[in-house]
Amino acid sequence: MKAKIIITPKKAVFDPQGKTVQNALEHMGYTGVEGVHVGKYIEIDLADGDVEEARKKIDEAAHKFLSNPVIEDYRLEIE
Amino acid sequence: MKFAVLQFPASNCDQDAVHAIRRLGHEAGFVWHKDASLGDAEAVIVPGGFSYGDYLRCGAVARFSPVMQTVKSFAEAGGLVIGICNGFQVLCEAGLLPGALVRNKGLQFRCEQVFLSTVNRDTAFTRAIPTDRPLRVPIAHGEGCYFADEETLKGLRENRQILWQYCDASGEVLESANPNGSIDNIAGVCNAARNVAGLMPHPERACESLLGSADGNAIFESMIQTATAAAAAA
Repeated sequence: MKAKIIITPKKAVFDPQGKTVQNALEHMGYTGVEGVHVGKYIEIDLADGDVEEARKKIDEAAHKFLSNPVIEDYRLEIE
Repeated sequence: MKFAVLQFPASNCDQDAVHAIRRLGHEAGFVWHKDASLGDAEAVIVPGGFSYGDYLRCGAVARFSPVMQTVKSFAEAGGLVIGICNGFQVLCEAGLLPGALVRNKGLQFRCEQVFLSTVNRDTAFTRAIPTDRPLRVPIAHGEGCYFADEETLKGLRENRQILWQYCDASGEVLESANPNGSIDNIAGVCNAARNVAGLMPHPERACESLLGSADGNAIFESMIQTATAAAAAA
């Protein structure tokens, strides 16, 4: 079983990395780019077991440790 | 007075902090991150550096170390705690201070002298700061842009928890004096109870004129005065 956590900066937090990548894309000629947000992707290998239980545990870890709720949002997928 | 200076793997301003306190004629000792006791320390310094390699987020791993659980209880009991640079990031991650520190707006690591305007002088960290001029202290960070949401910021202003703002040499708080894009030029804040503070600039690197400035001493002297007065009253 695998947990996949995608962490992105909150919209209210200025994201200079995203802005720099956006500027670079524009310079390279990629038009129509309206926003870039640079975040993190974490993959956790889990022993096989109850999916809902794993989701609960990893969700808690993502809230407490893997992301900082003051500045980041996250999305959790278990597969 | 006795200070405990925490040491995490990759702390690098711990020696400087101990030096700054000893120069003022007070005691300072190191406390390793795996230790759960602060001994008989009367104040704690969470020093600068790159604790645990700054992996995941600055301060995110240090927050869960054994010593930080003790620092949390120490702070909840009213003990004085100051976090400098990475130490500020650790205290924010630990929830002992509001807000968070994110990547500098200009993406550059900024290593230079800055000026600080002291916003609230009625705290354990600011009472001995001279009133006639701004403090001159260095910064050295890549992720020192202070962020807090609107509601938190409103609370900080109302409770006078903003302690220092980046300013120019004359003491004026200007956008051009903001080295990292911090909201409201915020360089340091304290908690609602006023016994925990954090700042990105390094007062311990401005503790003798040989280093270009001795202004940082005023922050440690404020803590010493506060603790000494409290001990005398007890």
